[in-house]
Amino acid sequence: MATLDDLKKRIASVKSTQKITKAMKMVAAAKLRRAQENAEKGRPYSEKMNNIILNLSSGISDKENAPKLLSGTGEEKIHLCIVLTSDRGLCGGFNSNIIKKAKAYFKKIHEAEKTLKIITVGSKGYDQLKRVYKDNIVEKISFKDSKTINYLDAEKVGKLIIENFEEKEFDVCTIFYNKFKNVITQIPQEQQIIPLKTSEVEGNSSDDNYEFEPDEDEILSNLLPKNISTQIFKAMLENSASEQGSRMSAMDSATRNAGEMVDKLTIEYNRSRQAAITKELIEIISGAESL
Amino acid sequence: MSEEFKIEIVNPEKSFLSKEDVTEVVVPAFEGEMGILRDHISIISFLKPGIIKILSKSGEENYYVEDGIVEFKNNNLSVLTSSIFNIKDMDKDKISELLKQAEVHSVNSEITDQDKYLVDQKIDVLKTLN
Repeated sequence: MATLDDLKKRIASVKSTQKITKAMKMVAAAKLRRAQENAEKGRPYSEKMNNIILNLSSGISDKENAPKLLSGTGEEKIHLCIVLTSDRGLCGGFNSNIIKKAKAYFKKIHEAEKTLKIITVGSKGYDQLKRVYKDNIVEKISFKDSKTINYLDAEKVGKLIIENFEEKEFDVCTIFYNKFKNVITQIPQEQQIIPLKTSEVEGNSSDDNYEFEPDEDEILSNLLPKNISTQIFKAMLENSASEQGSRMSAMDSATRNAGEMVDKLTIEYNRSRQAAITKELIEIISGAESL
Repeated sequence: MSEEFKIEIVNPEKSFLSKEDVTEVVVPAFEGEMGILRDHISIISFLKPGIIKILSKSGEENYYVEDGIVEFKNNNLSVLTSSIFNIKDMDKDKISELLKQAEVHSVNSEITDQDKYLVDQKIDVLKTLN
């Protein structure tokens, strides 16, 4: 059995852990609010962008010569996966959920005997994937230094993807991220960005006749690269809100668990203190009796 | 009949501006400046660097943009841009800083013709502001 001193130390250490988790929870809650606001503010842009592209692509006359970013290369041999994760840990199942989703997809690609390339954004994703998929990772990006999510970072990733696409490094590009639903639930998402899936959303406004200046093709070929950066930016915003939400609930339950543990340890401590006192008393009494 | 329409300017971070009582907007479209009034035909176009002028009941507002897309539909004008500044908030230092960047970019030999055209536009606009 643990001695009284050991128990005392345990209790003190659990208590200080609890203090840390509590503080982290508070910080995450404050950051969450900001991240959530940012994610909501960013939505109109990506929605509008999506709408315009839908309108354009439904109006495009010559499907054969449509920009490759929209129609694809015509092959599906090489898959590029962008895995967006966080740079910091201690956020519950946040990172492992994305990785799990991504790994299921990787497995499918392997079974279909296609080539897989991975770009990780955020250091935690790289840490988890490097053991199994080290040879597949072509690039790892981390925005540890930038304090807030900004569009320039997303644009860097977007440009990298487009450069690779133009050099015919891959045929299909999918991004993985967590969609923020609420503080408790974050849904891991896989979204194909190249070639763009237009069938997902019904073309409800395709009957509108737009005037284009310059012509459709030119607008579309300029817009699509921008759309990729926008989608990545959206994913990054959702991800950061999810990360904070996930961390908040993880730290909340950690604080609660620490509280329970302190209670249990305190009871054990008091019991052994009592036992020691009783033992001493018995010794004194039996000593006195023998006299 | 009302002559007003709605404008919304969004950038990736947030909704930059939203107004319901706009009477006229002049945007620097790719192939020249374009004035938009109520009941304009649906249009999608690019922006080149320039000034967006918004006329409304409350007065005139000017914004400097570097790129973007405009969409006009059902008397809703949406402007999507990643770089927009209110001219009132731009001081001389800011302008000359942007100008310097643009000039450095413009002498870059690897620049494509289209980029060159856009950068030159930018320089022109910034010079008029300065």
